[in-house]
Amino acid sequence: MTTYLLRRIIMLIPLMFGITLITFSVIHLAPGEPVEMQMAMNPKVGKEAKERLTKFYGLDKPLHEQYFSWVGKIVQLDLGRSFSSDNRPVLDKIKERLPVTISLNVIAMLLEFGLAIPIGILAATSRDTWLDKGITVFVFIGFAVPTFWLALLLMYFFGVRLNWLPISGLHTLGSDSWGIFHYLWDLAKHLIMPIMVASFGSLAGLSRYMRSAMLNVISQDYITTARAKGLPERVVIYKHALRNALLPLITLLGFSIPGLIGGSVIFETIFAIPGMGQLFYQGVMSRDYPVVMGILVIGAFLTLIGNLIADLCYAFADPRIRHGEG
Amino acid sequence: MRLLIRVFGMERGRGMDFTHSYFNSIFWPRIRRNRLALFGGSVVITLFIISLLAPLIAPYDPSAINAFKVLSHPSWQHWFGTDELGRDVLSRVLFGARVSLKVGFVAVGIAVSIGTVIGLVSGYYSGLVDATLMRLVDIMLCFPAFFLILAIITFLEPSIWYIMMVIGLTGWMGVARLVRAETLSIREMDYILAARCIGCSHTRIIFRHILPNAVSPILVSATLGIAGAILTESALSFLGIGVQPPTPSWGNILTSGKDYIEFAWWLSLFPGLAILITVLAYNLLGEGIRDALDPRVKR
Repeated sequence: MTTYLLRRIIMLIPLMFGITLITFSVIHLAPGEPVEMQMAMNPKVGKEAKERLTKFYGLDKPLHEQYFSWVGKIVQLDLGRSFSSDNRPVLDKIKERLPVTISLNVIAMLLEFGLAIPIGILAATSRDTWLDKGITVFVFIGFAVPTFWLALLLMYFFGVRLNWLPISGLHTLGSDSWGIFHYLWDLAKHLIMPIMVASFGSLAGLSRYMRSAMLNVISQDYITTARAKGLPERVVIYKHALRNALLPLITLLGFSIPGLIGGSVIFETIFAIPGMGQLFYQGVMSRDYPVVMGILVIGAFLTLIGNLIADLCYAFADPRIRHGEG
Repeated sequence: MRLLIRVFGMERGRGMDFTHSYFNSIFWPRIRRNRLALFGGSVVITLFIISLLAPLIAPYDPSAINAFKVLSHPSWQHWFGTDELGRDVLSRVLFGARVSLKVGFVAVGIAVSIGTVIGLVSGYYSGLVDATLMRLVDIMLCFPAFFLILAIITFLEPSIWYIMMVIGLTGWMGVARLVRAETLSIREMDYILAARCIGCSHTRIIFRHILPNAVSPILVSATLGIAGAILTESALSFLGIGVQPPTPSWGNILTSGKDYIEFAWWLSLFPGLAILITVLAYNLLGEGIRDALDPRVKR
């Protein structure tokens, strides 16, 4: 396990290098002098900001020097200062937003897996019945629903029509002075719709995946053996088959992280949730380059770490990987 | 369909008979029996017609402002109602089909071309080339796609052409992996060895012998990719970074849907339904093509 862990961590180094390289090239996307171009397009950024940008990215130096000084700063977690009027370090801004986004996504992910696994099992065990077909229809519609549209519909029904749920923010104004239960209840009400939207996005894909993983396992010989032994179907499915069908899902967990983080831009913007996605969107709209670049790098690193954790979980669950056969 | 398969380069010699008999005897009968795929296909064709004939079908000019009919309910005059400037929503939705079609095809065209070339080269040469290209794929996959697109758009002016380019440039990784896997297995076949023996160049082997046989996964992922590109474009336009008003796109109609959600449900409902149906149609068609081309699926 230790050698496996070491090998995996060493493999991260070229990936991290690549991430910085691509982010760096995004800065230089604008044709011609990047600073000039950006200023010409955007009167919002003043002369002083231009000087700061030139200085921070070292845009007056040769390209390779620019890159290495920029990477040097990233390694020290210096992402520069925001262009917005508060002029705070980007890292501080991200730090205060990150917990919101991560906790929302973790809750959404738990909900997603909690629903997708039983749905997938149900579809696989009742293959080709009306139930399976119904689930397939749901899955296809789920694939096609734009999440932001779902958010609008939910807002209209539960927020505007029925007036059950608040449609923006995390707290009601003045909720700080309420008792703890009232406060939490208020928070929960604010979270219902965003979490529904966040988890709906990949629910369809995940249950489809679970279905095919389950079908794959069920057709294997050891399941036939288990049935031939006379074990009850319940034990065959939930004890013998499920364990192996869950394995590929761990990898999928890793793959779904970039989608979740990316998706947070949409639901955080719609529901006005103060998370990293909203910060990113605001950065994009006000052309706050240090914030945009900072979140891009952090988002990619988070994905990398998420994938690493998923791989380690996989290795932990599957001895074939751990001992280097796979 | 026939045209598509021909375009992908099987028009001469060995290719032609195979393709046509394959199409007539296996592909078409299979897909004809798949009602969902047929539904998807007919929706896609209908969308093509709508985009072509939008100026003729649309009951109103999509950008004609009418101050007397601001935010009016759906009625016989305005089936889908009107927006905050009194513009006819049905006409705007019909014209929006043009944007989604254009974005879908151009973005996926870019993604599929890059992905195919990288996949072919990576699978054919293997070794260091393969390792390098696949690390590039891994790195690109680390970025939350939506973040990367937004970041790039920040540095460029928002326009439909940049959107299509950027969606294409950030969406080729899946195709590359698929084509690589396919190339790896095709490369080992005897006819490739034969081609090498008679002195075919690498380029010729890759593009004339391997590519035509890797067409089916490419075709499937292109169809599914169009659905994804349409969703991404609508999300970008919804956020105000995509297609800019007054050009109507389904995403930017939904932006006003959000602003007027308390008064005008029709602004949110209809463009969203248009996206849903379109994406669903491409997905069903793509899955149908996959099943029809997959020899392992029982007939």
